[in-house]
Amino acid sequence: MRRYFLRKLIVYCLTFVLAVTIDWAIPHLMPGNPVLTLMGRIQIQDPQVAQQMYHHYMRAFNLDLPLWKQYGYFWVSLFHGDLGTSIVQFPASVSAIIVHAVPYTLGLLVPATLLSWYAGNKVGAMAARRKVLDNTALPLGYALTATPYMWLAILLSWTLAVTWHLFPVGFAYDPTAARGFTWAFIGSLLHHWFLPFLSLFLVSFGGWAIGMRNMIIYELESDYVHYLEALGAPQRLVRKYAFRNAVLPQITGLALSLGAVIAGALVTEIVFSYPGLGYQILRAITNEDYFVIQGIFLFIIVGVLIANFLVDLVYVIVDPRTRIGMQGGGS
Amino acid sequence: MSSLRESVHFAVRNRKLVFGVGVTLAMLLFAIVGPFLAHHPALEYGGQLSLPPTTHDGYWFGTTLLGQDVYAQFANGLRLAFIVGALGGGIAAAVGMLVGFTAGYRAGIVDEILNMLTNVVLVIPTFALLLVIAAYLQVRGVVTESIFIGLTSWPWAARALRAQTFSLVSRDFVDMARLSGRSSWKIIFQEIAPNMSSYLFMMFIILFGGAILIAATLDFIGLGPSNTISLGMMMQLSVQNAALQLHLWWWFLPPGLAIMAIVASLYVMNVGLDEVFNPKLRAM
Repeated sequence: MRRYFLRKLIVYCLTFVLAVTIDWAIPHLMPGNPVLTLMGRIQIQDPQVAQQMYHHYMRAFNLDLPLWKQYGYFWVSLFHGDLGTSIVQFPASVSAIIVHAVPYTLGLLVPATLLSWYAGNKVGAMAARRKVLDNTALPLGYALTATPYMWLAILLSWTLAVTWHLFPVGFAYDPTAARGFTWAFIGSLLHHWFLPFLSLFLVSFGGWAIGMRNMIIYELESDYVHYLEALGAPQRLVRKYAFRNAVLPQITGLALSLGAVIAGALVTEIVFSYPGLGYQILRAITNEDYFVIQGIFLFIIVGVLIANFLVDLVYVIVDPRTRIGMQGGGS
Repeated sequence: MSSLRESVHFAVRNRKLVFGVGVTLAMLLFAIVGPFLAHHPALEYGGQLSLPPTTHDGYWFGTTLLGQDVYAQFANGLRLAFIVGALGGGIAAAVGMLVGFTAGYRAGIVDEILNMLTNVVLVIPTFALLLVIAAYLQVRGVVTESIFIGLTSWPWAARALRAQTFSLVSRDFVDMARLSGRSSWKIIFQEIAPNMSSYLFMMFIILFGGAILIAATLDFIGLGPSNTISLGMMMQLSVQNAALQLHLWWWFLPPGLAIMAIVASLYVMNVGLDEVFNPKLRAM
């Protein structure tokens, strides 16, 4: 078990160092001087002032130092929680912007991921080798998992919100409502939360259901199942064992799918003008606010690493093979 | 030869496979021919604003809020989707094969290093990585986009191929090939790869569909290729221009529907192939 965690930890540390390095290196590798781009946006007429501004910015961003020192400073400020300052939302710091946006993104992401995983696995396991259910659930599952996240969001928004007025079209809460711990405000939050959640839930649900269905079919063909059946075990028991074995790869899949789900959450937020990280990213990209993009990138990396570690913990609890040091789950 | 005939026998009788291949080919045909049938350049303004679909003047899919031809944009975007899928999926498959075969065949320290690399790229949320890279690129093209997508989506394929290679390396026919003194690469491509050709093909299909979805997401965030229009960009522009509130459904429905149709039929095709190649799954 120690070996299992040690390997994981090495991978995560390497990933983190690599991600930080990439985050630092990309602006340096790209053609063009970021300070000049910034100056171009401000458009200063007086050449002398422009000259002073240029030197000020070069010093402010440590661009006048040798590269290795710049890299060192990047790490130092990172550990101070300093991700830079937003150019567009000046003087808001990037960390402050992220802290404000994260609750909305997590509020969508965590319930949608966990519930779709649970429901998808249940439905997938039920559908496997049951003709009628399989013939309806399977095509639906494939259609859902092949749907681009933003398109399902567009579809739901257009039908349920714009046309039938069942849900609000966008934003996280009714701006006219008084903020606070009142039922009215919480109701407003939930009302605005539901459609983006549903859209995220449905796409992920399709993937999990199909994954589980295919896995169960493989399991039902394995030797232990044939043996159980030969012993005359009831169908329910056989399926229970098949489910237990099939759920392991699905747990690994949960960690692997995180990147895609986060991407899905970002675009879903954009469709619903939901003020999470995706909304901030869109704003940063349209305004070339690079520090925000870089900061959110680092934040997502750290979040995914933590989530991966949690999945590893769960895996150790669920799969006894990892505990007694046998080959299980790989690394 | 008989195994090929057996495969074909089951292939043409597999409804999932026939459906998947049929829809994919139809879409591909449309992507090839469609753009030539457009009456207007995809980015040209000048049509009547927000026109619903009509047979008049070739505006079969209507026009955008700004008077652009939705059909021309759609056909162009569909073609780009296939290009991104083929190129991005192809690159990912190539890197995945290179890493997976080498790791599985060489074992030892090479395997350790490649495995570590695979795990690192697997853990990184590659979409976030693509976001940062694309944001800094001033001029973006479909080819650059495909290359970046390909270079970030290979890890799971490499991992699966490594496991498959492991299980084949210890077989007798590989030992025989080794004894005959052939080079490692010849053994990999002449002895090992053909034994998992069906698997390789199915892997490519998944990577193909995945690349299309990733590209659509990137384009929707505003990081699509400059000076052309893709399906993801169509959705982005329609949302930005309040097409939902104005009920311009002909603008935002076709692009997503097309992506869904391509990717879903690719996946269904995959299940069909799985059933054809794996007799255990055929029973129903």
